[in-house]
Amino acid sequence: MRHVISVLVDNEPGVLSRISGLFSGRGFNIESLNVAETLDPSISRMTLVTSGNEQIIEQIIKQLNKLVNVIKVFDLTGSDFVEREMAMIRVNAESSSRAEVLRILEIFRGRVVDVSPKSYTLEITGDEKKIQAVIELLAPFGIIEIVRTGKVAIARAKKDGSPLAKGREQKLES
Amino acid sequence: MKKTGAEIVFESLKQEGVDTVFGLPGGAVLTLYDTMPKYSEEVRHLLMRHEQGAVHAADGYARSSGKVGVCLVTSGPGATNAVTGVATAFMDSVPMVIFTGQVNTMLIGNDAFQEADITGITRPCTKHNYLVKDVKDLAATIKQAFHLAKTGRPGPILIDLPKDVMAATTEFSYPSKLKMRSYNPTYEGHPGQIKRAAKLIAGAKKPVIYAGGGVIISNASRELTSLAQKLSIPVTTTLMGLGAFPGTHPLFLGMLGMHGTFQANMAVTHCDVLIAVGARFDDRVTGKVESFSPHSKKIHIDIDPTSISKNVQVDIPIVGDAKNVLKTMLKSFEEEPAQDWPKIHGDWFSQITHWKNTSSPEYKPGPCIKPQFVIQKINELAGGDAIITTEVGQNQMWTAQFFKFTKPRTLITSGGLGTMGFGFPAAIGAQVAFPDKTVIDIAGDGSFQMNVQELATAVQYNLPVKVAILNNHCLGMVRQWQQLFCDQRYSQTIFEVAPDFVKLAEAYGAVGLRATKTEEVEPIIREALSTRKTVVMDFLIDPNECVYPMVPAGAALTEMLLV
Repeated sequence: MRHVISVLVDNEPGVLSRISGLFSGRGFNIESLNVAETLDPSISRMTLVTSGNEQIIEQIIKQLNKLVNVIKVFDLTGSDFVEREMAMIRVNAESSSRAEVLRILEIFRGRVVDVSPKSYTLEITGDEKKIQAVIELLAPFGIIEIVRTGKVAIARAKKDGSPLAKGREQKLES
Repeated sequence: MKKTGAEIVFESLKQEGVDTVFGLPGGAVLTLYDTMPKYSEEVRHLLMRHEQGAVHAADGYARSSGKVGVCLVTSGPGATNAVTGVATAFMDSVPMVIFTGQVNTMLIGNDAFQEADITGITRPCTKHNYLVKDVKDLAATIKQAFHLAKTGRPGPILIDLPKDVMAATTEFSYPSKLKMRSYNPTYEGHPGQIKRAAKLIAGAKKPVIYAGGGVIISNASRELTSLAQKLSIPVTTTLMGLGAFPGTHPLFLGMLGMHGTFQANMAVTHCDVLIAVGARFDDRVTGKVESFSPHSKKIHIDIDPTSISKNVQVDIPIVGDAKNVLKTMLKSFEEEPAQDWPKIHGDWFSQITHWKNTSSPEYKPGPCIKPQFVIQKINELAGGDAIITTEVGQNQMWTAQFFKFTKPRTLITSGGLGTMGFGFPAAIGAQVAFPDKTVIDIAGDGSFQMNVQELATAVQYNLPVKVAILNNHCLGMVRQWQQLFCDQRYSQTIFEVAPDFVKLAEAYGAVGLRATKTEEVEPIIREALSTRKTVVMDFLIDPNECVYPMVPAGAALTEMLLV
């Protein structure tokens, strides 16, 4: 079963390598991986899409937590969350099909980000189903190139407005 | 006070209470070695002869004493030579800090001379590692490293030190507090879970305690023994757990697993409650996982959440430090009315005695020296305070079966990685930690040759380590597998050329002794133990002896080969 996991990590060199090394070393599957800074520049958020049975997912979450650079792990699957992905698609657009491509783009509220005599490069943002739908509709025209970001996800806000992760200080007992 | 990076390293070691470092110099660590003599009163350095030996020695030092082992090696090949030692420590959760030299920060990534991406190489086999790019971060990094090494589930921490950072200067102040928001091990077990576990144990008719290396790391032997005695529960340990429970105690079942005793494997298979403490259900212990203890309810006490329900699903997981959890559990039993536990478990003990009488590890005396006899004699003559290290293979398994370990930290062996060549340098490390104890490495002839160069170290520092080579002129354990599973096709396991170990020992300035007949064994051991010199004993053993019982790979624990 597919799981979307959101991980808060120390923004330090090598952290991405540690996480991908963890997955490859233990034979876990990474479908997509996306990482960027949060409001606190010392913390990055990573969105991972992985798959496996319940036991494997449990191991993945525990192994991620074990890494010294990992601050908190959220398994979003099974809870309420919003997921989005962005795709840039370069599609054939000869004079006869140019208008049709633009109509499809309008329906999906995308944008043209590059133009050439024979092609349009479109930018689409949405959930997985929407991106898939756009790709299927544009395929007959001939997709030249496609670049996708992979999923990012955010949990829906709690009703009481409490924040999610907080850094914790550890006092050293000697 | 402005200090160089090199000085900061030694000042930090002092702050951490480190007085011993094992190492081998090189270009990248020249500055460190040049600063070392200034600190010679507080920090003693032992010059090893191979970086693998240096790491194993720090490992043996750590395992025997419970302190953090420290070693220092140079960049490039020095660091890569250390990798086997680091991986060995990682698999067995040993607290260590390994300092590796590195080329100048500006040359990193340039394929420079003696450069190796050691942080990349050791990422999967260290608990954590660091590359210090700025001398201002050095002291805090070292403090963090020592904290990580010895807390939670201990492990090796590697710190990569570029040469220019060692020469750079900064204001030194050792941080008094540590802030790690992403590292917070759980030490106290969940009280509700502990209560549930206690209730389950109280209702058990056929309980077994399965104790591993975690009990020793947690210094929980006393609590474990108290619990077992109070509730009259039989105890089996893993290879790493030997010594956690007295090997001579009537409740002891012996080691379990691939080469475990018949009674231990049968008890674990037929118990109704399995209490796992500080053990991780490794494949050497479980055999075929589907058939492992199929009818029991399982309690698992471990400080590392990833070990729980990784291979075997458990019913009551308790994340916490073994000592704390066992203490709490004992208290809850003290608050309950006492019961006649020996009577409640009476039938179970009868069953266990029956299994014990069915088969016990044994050997038939014969014309050649029997390795099991050598080990029994060493046990008899060296005593329960001796520290025994082993290599890997048949020597290791026979030691586990025939030496009765009664105290924790008296068996030092590479269980997880199974590194041949570990025992001798580890014995050196243990002897440095305990100069007045008897330290003996029980070795195979194959294993001993892998780090034989450390004889020079032992002799240089007058370390009276004794090596007992069980010499069968072959790679024993592999030969056994070929005998049992490859129709006796002995492919590349016979050593056609082998050194004369007596002459080899003498070449290094050590004492060499040889026994070729059974009646020579005891006098040789006595002679070795009576001298304060480094001694190598060469016992020419029966090359056809195998380790039994044996659970073939992929078989269930009950499918033991007994002969």
